[in-house]
Amino acid sequence: MMNTIDSVFGIAGTALNSQLVRMNTTASNLANAATVASSEKDAFRAKRPVFKALLDEASTNAAFPTEGGVKVDHIADDPTPIRSLYDPSNPAADKDGMVYLSNVNEMQEMVEMMASSRSYQNNVEVVNTAKQLMSRTLDLTKA
Amino acid sequence: MAMNIFNDAFGIHERALQVRSQRLEVLAKNIANADTPNYKAQDVDFKAMLQESKKEYMTATNDKHFAGIEEGPDNGMRYRIPFNNSFDGNTVEISVEQAQFGKAAGDYQATLQFLQDRIGGIRKALKGE
Repeated sequence: MMNTIDSVFGIAGTALNSQLVRMNTTASNLANAATVASSEKDAFRAKRPVFKALLDEASTNAAFPTEGGVKVDHIADDPTPIRSLYDPSNPAADKDGMVYLSNVNEMQEMVEMMASSRSYQNNVEVVNTAKQLMSRTLDLTKA
Repeated sequence: MAMNIFNDAFGIHERALQVRSQRLEVLAKNIANADTPNYKAQDVDFKAMLQESKKEYMTATNDKHFAGIEEGPDNGMRYRIPFNNSFDGNTVEISVEQAQFGKAAGDYQATLQFLQDRIGGIRKALKGE
């Protein structure tokens, strides 16, 4: 039987990793909030990572058990419609003088950033607690 | 007779520590999947799991053995019933999980303390002071 305290580190690690990806996409969305494009197809769409639980033991590394953790399944585009703006002086404007703005909602991205930061902190706390319990278990030899 | 002191030295606490660390793992899974769509939070039925760890099932050690009646072992896992439903089908409520994780960590330390006391007692007996 494997040491279960050990796998807590692996599980929390996958969560830290996934939350970091989420924070990265949020940063990318915020950075591209003011991006304009010449066509609706090329307009920047906000990215959202979709998480998936790691339930399959085969998909995890035997030396570093992460079964029950989480991974980023794929990154989806936000389906919110693209806004267009009449701005003929913009170098990116098309023949009708329209530019296409990104569909990033800054307010929503800030909320997303806070949520992922909280989730990250939760998992750091899990690692801390597991670390303390492990070292206390080792201290049993000194009893 | 004398060997019993060592065989049963830790009593129930040895198994209890295993179950407690398993519960910590389950709660860590819940916290890790707090943002995963359709993830269903789980918890450990401590009593069922401890009883399960005591049971010994008959196993076929020779290919001439008959297959026993398959009685699926109860692994003690239960799905949590959330207080509120969420849009994405996730049943992890982070405040509940945090509270339970704190309690589980405390329980683990309590079991450790029991074990430590047992070890101290045996050590004292061995020294004969």
